[in-house]
This record gives sequence, C-alpha cells and structure tokens, in this order.
Amino acid sequence: MERAREIRAIGYAGWRRTLGAGIISLAYFFPVFYIIMTAFKTRPDALAMPIKFFFTPTFQNFYSVFLRADIQGGGTTNSGFGLYFFNSLFIGGTSVFLALIIGTSAAYGFSRFPLRGNETYLFIILTTRMLPPIIAIIPIFVLFRIFGLSGSYTGIIALYTAFNLPFSIWMAKSFFDDLDRDIEDAARMDGSSEWSVFRKICLPQVYGGLAATFVFAVILTWNEFLFALMLTGTETRTVPVAIARTIGGQVGVDWGLMSAIETLFIIPVVIVTFLLQNQLLRGVTFGTIRK
Amino acid sequence: MFDIRLDKVTKQFGNGLVAVDKADLNVGRGEVMCLLGPSGCGKTTMLRMIAGLEWATSGDITIAGKRVNDLPARERNVAMAFQFYALYPSLSVEDNLAYPLHAENLSKAEIAARIARVSEALDLKSILKRRPHQLGEGEKQRVAVGRSIVRDPTCFLFDEPLSRLDIQLRQTMRTQIKEILSRLDKPTVIVTHDQIEALTMADRIAVMQQGKIEQVASPHELFSKPTNLFVAGFIGTPQMNLLEATLTEVGQPNSGGVVAAHFALLGENISATVNGGVAKLASGSKVTLGIRPRSFEFVDPGSTDALHAGVDIVEPMGAEILVHLIEKGADMRCVVQNNVMLAAGDRVAVRCKAGQLHVFDEAGNLVG
Repeated sequence: MERAREIRAIGYAGWRRTLGAGIISLAYFFPVFYIIMTAFKTRPDALAMPIKFFFTPTFQNFYSVFLRADIQGGGTTNSGFGLYFFNSLFIGGTSVFLALIIGTSAAYGFSRFPLRGNETYLFIILTTRMLPPIIAIIPIFVLFRIFGLSGSYTGIIALYTAFNLPFSIWMAKSFFDDLDRDIEDAARMDGSSEWSVFRKICLPQVYGGLAATFVFAVILTWNEFLFALMLTGTETRTVPVAIARTIGGQVGVDWGLMSAIETLFIIPVVIVTFLLQNQLLRGVTFGTIRK
Repeated sequence: MFDIRLDKVTKQFGNGLVAVDKADLNVGRGEVMCLLGPSGCGKTTMLRMIAGLEWATSGDITIAGKRVNDLPARERNVAMAFQFYALYPSLSVEDNLAYPLHAENLSKAEIAARIARVSEALDLKSILKRRPHQLGEGEKQRVAVGRSIVRDPTCFLFDEPLSRLDIQLRQTMRTQIKEILSRLDKPTVIVTHDQIEALTMADRIAVMQQGKIEQVASPHELFSKPTNLFVAGFIGTPQMNLLEATLTEVGQPNSGGVVAAHFALLGENISATVNGGVAKLASGSKVTLGIRPRSFEFVDPGSTDALHAGVDIVEPMGAEILVHLIEKGADMRCVVQNNVMLAAGDRVAVRCKAGQLHVFDEAGNLVG
C-alpha cells in the first residue's frame, strides 16, 4: 500500500517540492552558468564588480581560443586549440570505443562461460580500479619511456583503454547476467551458433546499458588530466592539459578566454548525454525493472 | 516406431543432485506426451535434455531414429516453446517468427509464405509489426507457439505452455494448441504441473516424482488404474482418499477377474468386490484402500457393511458439494450433487460404488 502510493507520487510531487528542487538545481548549475556567461564577456565586463548580469555579448573570446592576436603587429597565431580539441575527441572516442568492444566481449565470456575462479578474476580486474591512479604513475611513466610511447597517440589511447576496461567489463557483465537465459536457449534451438546468440540476441538487449557505460567512460576520459599531463606531448595534448597551460603567463588570467574554452569543452559531453539520455536512464536502472 | 525414445536416461548435476533417474520414455509420431509432476520432479530437466540444452549424464536419447546425445541444440532440429515465451525482445513479432527459418537457408519468398501461414493459423496478422513488450500474455503465448511451429522440426516441446495465462485464455489456448498439434503429426512433449492441462491435452501422461517416472499411461488409465499411492494421490481433484485397512478375508477370483473381499476399515467390517489380484494377498495383510471422492454413495445411516462417519465441513463447489467426513481421526473427502442436504455434525453412512475401490499393498503398489 505504502509502496503503491509512493509510485503514484512520482511526477505529482506538488509545486512546493518542484520549486525546492528547482532552487537546488539552480544553485548547482550556477557556476556552469557563470562560466558560460563569462565566455561572452569582454575583459572589463568579466572583471567588473559587482557581477554584471546584463552586458553586450561578444564572440571575441571564442575567436581567441583558436587564433590569438599577436602582441606586436596586427596578425594572429594559431593557438593549437583546434588540435587539442581533435586530440581530446580522438583519444577519448577511440579509447572508450576500444574499451567497450573488449569489455563487452570479456564480460560475455565471464558471464556465460565462467572460468574456474571466475569471481577471483573479476575481483582482480576490479582492484585495478580501486587503486588511486597516482600510485601507478611512476611505473607507467617509466614504461612509456622504455617503449617510446610518451607523447604518442598509441600510448595514451592504450592507457585510457586499459583504464576504462574494468568499468566496462563490470557494467557489461551485470547487463548480461540480468538477461533471460531462456531467450538464448530459444535461439540455440532455432539453429543459432554461439556467436549469433551473442551478436543477434544478447547484444541488442544490452545496447541501452552499453550506451550508459559509453557516456560514463567518455566523461571520465574527457576530463582526465593527470596522465594526460604526464604522457602527452605537444602533438597529442588534450584540452584539460591545454586549459591548465593557459593559466599564468605575463598578462594574468584571461577569464573570458578560459571560460570560452571551458564552454566549448562542455559541449560534446552535453550533446552525447542528451542524445543518449533515454538509454542512460534505462542503463542505470537496468535490471531493476523486469518483466 | 517411436519418434522420441529415452533409454535409461539419467541426469546428475554437478552438485550431485540426480534430477532424472534412469528414465525410459517413448513418444510416437503424432502423439502428445505430457510430463506431469510436482515442482522439482525433474520434468523440465528431462525436456531440456531432449532439447539439447542439458547433456544427459548417461542413457540414450533418440529422435527420429538418430541418437542425439552428442548433438548441440541447434543441430537437433527440435522446436520448443518456453514457459516465459522467450521471445526475442529486440525483434518484431514477424522477425521472431522468421528467426528459426534463417537457419534453414530458405528463400525470402518461402520465409514470407511460412510466416503468413502461421500468422493465419494463430491469428497474429494484426500484431506482426509489434515488439514483444507491446503484447499481452495471450498474444505472447501465440507468438511463442507460432515460432515453434513455423519450422519443420522433428518434434515439439512445450514447457508449461499455459501456466502464465488466466483461466479463460488458458481454455481457448488449450483447445487451439491441441488442434494445431493434431494437424502436425509430430511427436510432442508437454511439461506441466497442472493435471487438468495434462488430462485434457495428452494422449499419454508420464507422472514423475523425484526424477523417476512413476507411471506412463493414457489419461483414462491413469485415473482408473493408478499404479501406486503417489500417482493415486496426485491425479484427480479432489484428491483420492487413501485409508489404511486390513484385509480380513478374501475368496477365490471368479471368471470376471474380480473377487469378494472383506476389510477392517476404521473399526468396521466392509465387504467389497475388488480386483482378482487381491486374492494373492494373505488375509491379515495391511493394505491401503483408495476411494475417489466421487466414488462414494450415501446409504441409509442404519445400514451395516458401510462406513459410518460424521460430517465435518461442507464446501459448495457449484454443481457439486465437497463434504469432509471425519471418523476416528481419518479425514475423507466426498463429492456429492448439490441437492444433497448435509450439515456439519450429521452422521452418515457411505459405501464405495462397485468396482471403484483401489487396493494398494503394503509397499504402496496397486494390487492387480
């Protein structure tokens, strides 16, 4: 009875609670809003006190992200941010994609063809996720040096793939574990090989969950700073590292420029999240709503 | 002669549990065999072994004359409808029906023709484009049946086909499945725990208990000649009354194969004409008498040679009344027409109708 009432109450919380939730969300969103606002401000507007909420917007900061005005003469110099954005997208996208492919295959194996000591293997995989990454940085740095991977795409993509793997395996395994085995048996009886059972029957059922895993992993990789700082070079630098490098210098922090970079940095994540929001919701609630 | 043949098939799981114990079973072409038994009796495991989803630990499974023990499910060409339908959630009804046909390398036109035939037979035309989650229980069931008959398999297996349907749907589906099966002329094995389902759909029923097949017989024979106490108690609702008694006197069987016998039952002396086999028992033997609730007839309370008992509870069941009689701690269920007026506390005298008394020996097996 109690439960039924609670379920009915979803979506009918009343204006009081809705308003309360709205105010809290606003408070959380305010810093992001402030960054986006600053991105459209001129330098004097950005530094003005009290905070200016009404101002004439300018796109100058966005131009400056990619083309910086020379200190002497009227020309401009490429700031390299085009490359950095490409790097972030390329490295993040490739590594997450790889992690998902490898992780899904591994998870299916762990779920359907358990090894002797299956749980132990899974636990070991999870422990790599429990360590604070900074512990591993020196060995990884040395390894990268030895194998000449420092500053290369291969190196950083391999590293991010490895970092995303435990998460992908555990998520995907939980999705596969939740599937109805009878459906797979039915496919076997209908003449499917083990491979078609996986490809045609199991995989389509976990797409939603995999999409959620994809988003989580993308956000994590997109934001990664520590390893990117240590292991990328000028050609492979990602945006978080580049942002850090814009702080400082002779002229102080250019807040407008910084906000513009950050605004651009947020956009891909927002797009991915919005595109996949239905799958995301289904992914995180996977297994809780059945039959 | 038999299309499915199980010869001493045993299934022992890794944890030592013997789910099926030396089961022998033959199912002929066009025959519907029901595996009936309480939960955990091994009936589903047996079905899954025929399907190829479980390996038999020992024994031989032969389908259409070919030993299939070592063949995986996909090579056995067996069609199965699952208890929870197991429809492919990401495929439309049409694609669900087409799925088994892909393995047969049929042309597009042939696939379309087969789907058209099945959707016609099962009235699926209007829902072909829908996804499984958009279907009602009855529709899912029809799709599941459709998917199993769309192919041309060697045999059909159904796992609790009607258990998820409500009573009305259950009756229509039962008739529909029966009709379809009769046209297919293939051996069919149906697993069920519902005896009404088994009695109505099956040509023969295999009653199972704890991994063993207790009796394989036609529904009629199962009901009229239960081979042991388990089958006697399991088949028939309300349950058969099983009363302990002592054989006090038995004559010589006559030419009709029956014999007059006397039993000491609940402190009274009862005479009855029973199966001639009873003559082989020594007088003084302990026996169990089985009497179906509908086999009682009420006699004048003053009669001798009848069982006297008190009415305990009266339960109306519509056309009939279920009367619980109690005497010396023994509870007897008795079904009478609804025009018989009885109230709790009444004293009545009952007798078993001629030829309807089942006698089981001390080991619990039918004497006969």
